[in-house]
Amino acid sequence: MAAVTVRNVWKEYGAQVVLENVRLEIADHEFVTIVGASGCGKTTFLKMLLGMEQPTRGQILIDGVPIRPEPDPDRGVVFQRYSAFPHLTVIDNVMLGLELRSSKITGRLFGAARREARAAAMAMLESVGLAHAADRYPAQLSGGMQQRMSIAQAVIRKPKVLLLDEPFGALDPGVTADMHELILRLWEENRMTIFMVSHDIQESFQLGTRLLTFDKLRHDPQSPEAYGASVTYDMPLSRRRPRAAPSS
Amino acid sequence: MYVIASHLRLAENPDDKLLPALGKIASTFHSYAFEEDSRTGRVLFWADTWASLKRIGSALLISATLGMILAVGIGVIPRLRALLSPLLGTIAMIPPLAILPVLFIVLGLEETAKISLIVIGIAPCIARDLALRVGELPKEQIIKAQTLGASTWQLILRVVLPQLWPRLIDSLRLSMGSAWLFLIAAEAIASTEGLGYRIFLVRRYLAMDVILPYVVWITLLAVLTDLALRLIRTHAFRWAEPER
Repeated sequence: MAAVTVRNVWKEYGAQVVLENVRLEIADHEFVTIVGASGCGKTTFLKMLLGMEQPTRGQILIDGVPIRPEPDPDRGVVFQRYSAFPHLTVIDNVMLGLELRSSKITGRLFGAARREARAAAMAMLESVGLAHAADRYPAQLSGGMQQRMSIAQAVIRKPKVLLLDEPFGALDPGVTADMHELILRLWEENRMTIFMVSHDIQESFQLGTRLLTFDKLRHDPQSPEAYGASVTYDMPLSRRRPRAAPSS
Repeated sequence: MYVIASHLRLAENPDDKLLPALGKIASTFHSYAFEEDSRTGRVLFWADTWASLKRIGSALLISATLGMILAVGIGVIPRLRALLSPLLGTIAMIPPLAILPVLFIVLGLEETAKISLIVIGIAPCIARDLALRVGELPKEQIIKAQTLGASTWQLILRVVLPQLWPRLIDSLRLSMGSAWLFLIAAEAIASTEGLGYRIFLVRRYLAMDVILPYVVWITLLAVLTDLALRLIRTHAFRWAEPER
């Protein structure tokens, strides 16, 4: 279960208001896509969900509990790039989350526990179609393969909420279609709630069960920083999947 | 060219000491490297080499450890960064040779002072270089590790340290020149054995036939160390090698 409540959240940097009064109720297992012009605060919003940034006012809750003010395993993340660990092979990258969970002191597993974690990581890699590249280093992978690895890495910890920050923005169009299929499948299999920031409107309509657009509601030409952006459209999207459309 | 110049000078004055003939160098070297010294009963060349390598080796080890600890502290823990970063910057600016007398006075004339000189000379630079590297790690990596459940300790152990090793080796390679400089300086001033000590001892007799092979030997040692470090880097840290 991972219902997300955003309660009157504001984000200000000094006099500059980035987000104002964002209010949302997101049901469990929703796929929320977020679009908006650049600089409209959608990435800031994602960072607050992640715990990288704190709201100036208001609160964010998962299942009624306020989120911790720093990143934790409840909230997985896939960035556009740079989130692979270059010194680990693909399988070690995916295994890392399991090792960190079970081994607090060394951060490594040995013997039977290690074999078990490795098998789980291998199954995950197979599920994202990367089993053949398990022993390569991230630098030797194409962009699409790196993103598959990042997704596998995040999903194996079974986060309640998965945050995607333009995960397919740097990929070729042909690769993107495969990635869409992959993310939808993992979303169904793991029952996560997903938030995805995207600059591709078509992609957002196609993947999401709910689409948010961020924009400024008011504009002061004399001081463009005075007002922040908020959710301007909040659309439930009807989809082919057999679940009832979410009520919002 | 050396042979010609040496020959010309010796033809003019058979007692010339500045450019000894190769045969003379070889015979002196032989007596230093393979014959026991009549006074101490030790083979001087190897005793000197061993003494110097021990000093520079322990100094490099201490500097590397210190550099790693400081860099991780500065790079990962913001409160330590605020405290240590300016301090380290200032310490790195102190000319180490200028405080050599202080070291000899405080630590005595034994090994500690010599090793300390090298450590003071190179550890701050290594630490600053490594701290910069920690700063270069993309923020996304740190956040990702936290979402995978990493504590600060696990973050250091599994994400930060492993990515510092190759840079540590680069840093050591670059520090090697200064390390030898400080070693020879310390040995020249107060020592009873060591490569630097020997060179400065025989300087009084203009014994170029000893100095020249020693210089060649020091160079060779430095080149071999550099090569060894480079090999370790390529083989142990394959992930850090640029794609070819």
